[in-house]
Amino acid sequence: MSETFDLVVIGAGPAGLAAAAQAAELGLSAVVVDEQPEPGGQIYRAVERATKGPAAAALGADYAHGRQVVEAFRRSGAAYRPGLQVWQVEPSGEVLASDGQRSVAFAGRRALVAVGATERPVPIPGWTLPGVMGVGAGQILLKSSGMVPAGETWVVGSGPLPLLYMQQIIAAGGRIAGYIDTTPAANGFLAAPHLSAALRNLPYLRKGLKLRGALRRSGIPGHRADAVEAAGDGRVERVRFRSGGTWHEKPCDLLLLHEGVVPNVHVTMAIGCAHEWDERQECFRPRLDEWGCTDIAAILVAGDCGGIEGARAAEARGRLVALGAAASLGRIDDATRDRMARPLRRELRRHLPIRPFLDTLFRPRRGLTAPADAVIACRCESVTAGQVRETVRIGAVGPNQAKSFIRCGMGPCQGRMCGLTVTGIIAEATGRTPAEVGFFRIRPPLKPLTLGELAALGEDSGT
Amino acid sequence: MTVEADVVIVGGGLHGCSAALHLAQRGRRVVVLERRHVGRHSSGINAGGVRTMNRDPAEIGLSVAGMELWRRIGELTGDDCAFHAHGQIRVAETPAELAKVAERVAMVRRLGFEHEELIERDELRRLVPAIAPHCVGGLIVRDDGAADPYRTTLAFGRRAAALGAEVREGEGLVALERAGADWLAVGEHGRYRAPIVVNAAGAWAGDVAAMVGDAVDLRVRASMMMVTERMPRFLDPVIASVGRKLSFKQSDAGTVVIGGGQQGTADRHTEKTRINFANLAGSARAAIALFPLMQGARLVRSWCGIEAETVDHLPVLGRSLAADGIIHSFGYSGHGFQLGPICGSVVADLAIHGATNLPIAGLGLERFAAQAANGKAAGIGH
Repeated sequence: MSETFDLVVIGAGPAGLAAAAQAAELGLSAVVVDEQPEPGGQIYRAVERATKGPAAAALGADYAHGRQVVEAFRRSGAAYRPGLQVWQVEPSGEVLASDGQRSVAFAGRRALVAVGATERPVPIPGWTLPGVMGVGAGQILLKSSGMVPAGETWVVGSGPLPLLYMQQIIAAGGRIAGYIDTTPAANGFLAAPHLSAALRNLPYLRKGLKLRGALRRSGIPGHRADAVEAAGDGRVERVRFRSGGTWHEKPCDLLLLHEGVVPNVHVTMAIGCAHEWDERQECFRPRLDEWGCTDIAAILVAGDCGGIEGARAAEARGRLVALGAAASLGRIDDATRDRMARPLRRELRRHLPIRPFLDTLFRPRRGLTAPADAVIACRCESVTAGQVRETVRIGAVGPNQAKSFIRCGMGPCQGRMCGLTVTGIIAEATGRTPAEVGFFRIRPPLKPLTLGELAALGEDSGT
Repeated sequence: MTVEADVVIVGGGLHGCSAALHLAQRGRRVVVLERRHVGRHSSGINAGGVRTMNRDPAEIGLSVAGMELWRRIGELTGDDCAFHAHGQIRVAETPAELAKVAERVAMVRRLGFEHEELIERDELRRLVPAIAPHCVGGLIVRDDGAADPYRTTLAFGRRAAALGAEVREGEGLVALERAGADWLAVGEHGRYRAPIVVNAAGAWAGDVAAMVGDAVDLRVRASMMMVTERMPRFLDPVIASVGRKLSFKQSDAGTVVIGGGQQGTADRHTEKTRINFANLAGSARAAIALFPLMQGARLVRSWCGIEAETVDHLPVLGRSLAADGIIHSFGYSGHGFQLGPICGSVVADLAIHGATNLPIAGLGLERFAAQAANGKAAGIGH
């Protein structure tokens, strides 16, 4: 049997928590379903617990803001169901989730997808070696268990997150062997026209400059590179990078990669919502109206899974979507919705003007999404970029045919790690845009599910 | 510019591509019009069962003849299509089910075929060590098997093209008109003229039939499939069940592919399909009942195709009732994959000679006229 709610929220990050709190304040029944044991999402992971110790201090004031978001949610009366993996969302708003043993169903009059962002895949030579992982994964270890890496740790990539992470590690008493900045030098020029708009977000800019300043003072050796490789026998032992046309090699025990984040679109794609290609952020995102409605009436989206805007904007988006849902369900009239939305839209205007600047400054380097032939594109099925190119030569016009030919995207990660790369390779090889090439058709379930659990589904519900 | 051909084939699925291959092999100029890309719908994503076992009596002859082509599929298409003849077994779980198998074997013998046999518990266990202990035996065809459906469809399409057929992808049929003794097929991008048009348009074949005046009652089928993570090798033959909806096999990659006809939903207009998890749970229960080791296996993907189903679940294979020069090959109702290679040969016979020596009696449109008359008499509406 399924429990019925006005709003079923998937994801307990800032967008989901704020939406559920706002909905509950308006008298809607709301539930947040989330796979983590604690609220906060990736950005405010374990924020309720991480109040003491050097790691907590290192995480800083932005992270601490998350405590207010979580507290507001806790007070709101919205239901909270942690530890559940959502494996299917129906266009009707029904949400199916598993606790690892059995499945539970939530019937939502509206379902809000608030599953955030994922790190952009970084397919470089050697990225599948043990000891190579995402900066995001490193930060999860820091937030949830205060883990600071030992040995020769190298951070590679572009964007604010590597800077923030290195600052947090230093503050927590750790050591970084070196930082390899892969931001293309030309990006600075290209971003300059967006600087005046970005000045309206002075606190963000100041924060960014502070991070850079902290990095300089920390004494972490910095390099600029336009190509990076991981090498080693059975695990990463060396990092190689090309700087000013010369290759360098350094010993390395842990290599952390980051080339920005992209919307996590697996859920909305699996539901069948319309998506579009975001040229500036180089990613797919669902097509949304100003209230976070997709082209499917019962399916709503808030936060970074609808386009990368950051945690503070996600919070405002979550509240706006809750207002829209309340109005569309007839709980408030449109005038009330619009009046309540005004301060939230002002809040958005405080956080969004810096985006074009950031997106352009940290635009991924050319070739990242279309790596050399020998580089692994699909980790699950060990498919190389060259094999994907070969499918184009024998007639594949898109990712779904490539998948049928060589199984890329068919493994347990269901295309999460190779989707953008496969699209990028095919776009490059056929001279078309990623928008024209499209993305894998995402097949359910959203997360692997045991056959035993699926078998029990029909028996429980009596259907 | 109108493209002139001997035969225009509507639909680039397995049946359309197979017809193109056989016609091109016999020197005919062929154009295949495919609205999306070759193998886009059911042809590319079905269970890939190469099965003569447990066919309707009206199909047995054709299916058995088709096996000859499968045995030389590499020679025919230039690709082995990942075809393996590890056998197919329809498992009986009770003595009553085994009795049904015995009746079936006797019936098939009476029709003059020897390919289906009954096996008992020990032989079943020898061939399928992982089978649940309660199973008592089953029906077997030892040289049935399975192939990769997408690879097979592409192989037929590619070989047809290599033999001179023109396969136009992204070309949907808009209209079909008489042009003297010929037909003019109007596509989204071009015009094609030929004396013969083959309707192999799958779930959309009813629309093509209607263009030439043949009314046929077609529904949409959306049989669901699912696949697990890779597992250590435990199974060679393809498994079906007497009492349950199940088709179950382990692929070369080690993944387990489960189908059996549980239905999702499909919309032929948007070409979108959806999984019905309550129904899919039935497939999971069937798989676990026969293979207890599957209880903890992890499902990573499920999908369903779109295809046509006739009222009697038999294909429509033969000439149009309403118009000369039209040959139908559609409505395979969930079991057309094994028939693909041989039906292409039937279509080529009909296109070139107007007749075939292959056994297709009872598969033409005439039967619906007869059924409608009988149905009316018996008061069965539809």
